[in-house]
Amino acid sequence: MGTLSEEILGAPAGEYVDRKVDRAFVHDGTGVLTLEAWRCMGSGRIADPSRTYILFDHIAPANNSITANLQAELRQFAREHGIRFSEVGGGICHQLMSEGEVLPGEVVVGADSHSCTLGAFGAFATGVGATDMAAIWSEGMTWFRVPHTIGIRLSGTLPPRTEAKDLALTYVGRLGMDGASYQAIEFSGTGARGLSMDDRLTLSNLAVETGAKAGLFYADRVTCEYLAGFGKKVVPQVPAGCCYARTISIDLHEIVPVVAVPPRVDSVKPVSELEGLPIDQVFVGTCTNGRYADLERFARLVAGKKVKVRTIVVPASGSILARGIESGIIRDIIAAGCVVGSPGCGPCLGAHMGVIGEGEVCLSTANRNFRNRMGVGGEIYLGSVGTAAATALAGVLTDPGGA
Amino acid sequence: MRIEGKALCLPQDIDTDVIIAGRYLRTKDRKLWAVHAFEDLDPGIAPRLAGAVIVAGKNFGCGSSREQAAIALREAGVAGIVAPSFARIFFRNAVNVGLPVVECDCPCTDNTLVVAELEEGYVEMGGSRIPARKLSPRMIGILKAGGLVDFWRASH
Repeated sequence: MGTLSEEILGAPAGEYVDRKVDRAFVHDGTGVLTLEAWRCMGSGRIADPSRTYILFDHIAPANNSITANLQAELRQFAREHGIRFSEVGGGICHQLMSEGEVLPGEVVVGADSHSCTLGAFGAFATGVGATDMAAIWSEGMTWFRVPHTIGIRLSGTLPPRTEAKDLALTYVGRLGMDGASYQAIEFSGTGARGLSMDDRLTLSNLAVETGAKAGLFYADRVTCEYLAGFGKKVVPQVPAGCCYARTISIDLHEIVPVVAVPPRVDSVKPVSELEGLPIDQVFVGTCTNGRYADLERFARLVAGKKVKVRTIVVPASGSILARGIESGIIRDIIAAGCVVGSPGCGPCLGAHMGVIGEGEVCLSTANRNFRNRMGVGGEIYLGSVGTAAATALAGVLTDPGGA
Repeated sequence: MRIEGKALCLPQDIDTDVIIAGRYLRTKDRKLWAVHAFEDLDPGIAPRLAGAVIVAGKNFGCGSSREQAAIALREAGVAGIVAPSFARIFFRNAVNVGLPVVECDCPCTDNTLVVAELEEGYVEMGGSRIPARKLSPRMIGILKAGGLVDFWRASH
């Protein structure tokens, strides 16, 4: 009888465990360092290539010769060792792992801090660094300290014009940037059961912004139906009635559209308090809000209108882009004056396309607004897809409730 | 295991984006990361890193999992980092690349001599001794080996 993390890791909170890893993934950014460390270790083996993934998303396609050469090396390595590989344009690692790969109860590690996203499936999913990953490639195992858990009990349903993103920023604001350090977050309650898989992924995605090691939902009917769509048959997890280190309750009825004010993700304010702030760029996408439901919502809000500031929309995966083309939402987004980028991380980390200039302000649906992240001297406000749409249409920060 | 150096004081919630910016990540040139460390916080910090002990506020190394952040500081010659708490991925990365990290809540005065004893668990600065959390024997072993790669090679 324990928390979901305790059940999956098989030991009580506070204990160190060596645990077999069910799935391990890196992207083009962290993969380079992982490969270097793996070569230095000299094992020469990949424990389980069929459960090891190299997924290109951070600078995809490559922006210059240095990046292209690093990517060529990783691509070749994946081919030689039979490692699961996703080419540029395939999509963001966390999104691809959520498209029928990660299953409830698994232990999943990614060489990216937002690997906690996959806790939405009732898996124990967390981020590790490159050297840890190199050892995991060789041995298929790693050590964990089983985390204590903060319970976030959700009730009610979200009001119209608010989204899981507003709820996510709200809980980050309440816990603070290190409020869940070394701990896991478990989302439960009637409010959690009413959330779609896409919403849950958004909520788990931001767990690391509180310092959390993981952000988990119990697999339920919603999870099973979602995975059935990918041909995966799974059964619900039954909460054990565990004890949390701390519990906070959030009534979804009380959520309002919010933004995180730079340079902190936990500096959360209602959009209504900041309306009219000049915005130079709007960015819709990322592992937080680049899923089909996000793009569909955005398209519905801008269809038949024209955006007043440059607006970049980046689908989180190739299959989302393909679906969006088929359904017509990509056409609506382009007709509204937006540019659609190739699936991947886009401008989120300021490494290539969509970088902002000095003194410029971006309203982004991503998860980080740290100083200079999207470009030197630029500022990032984080908000929902609805806030992004209202802001793009108005040219200034705008509450979606008033749109 | 003992580290010492001149204190370099930094505030709380130092994220890995300010330790090394995303625009410098796509290379294998480790010296480049050392040169540009903390550039977006204060370009004057990088030249002071060699031989320094960083004494920071809570939640050091939050944000991105980029191991380049820990590597940059080690390459720059940082002797170790003392902070009341670290973001967990950075903490693990630091140990894995052989950069000593000490969990200790101590006040900081720039350029004062800092001595930290990792196995016994204390930090000395300005004439006072402040208790620190001890590292596990495994972590000490990894640090003494110079990082997880060398530790791994020695044990396989």
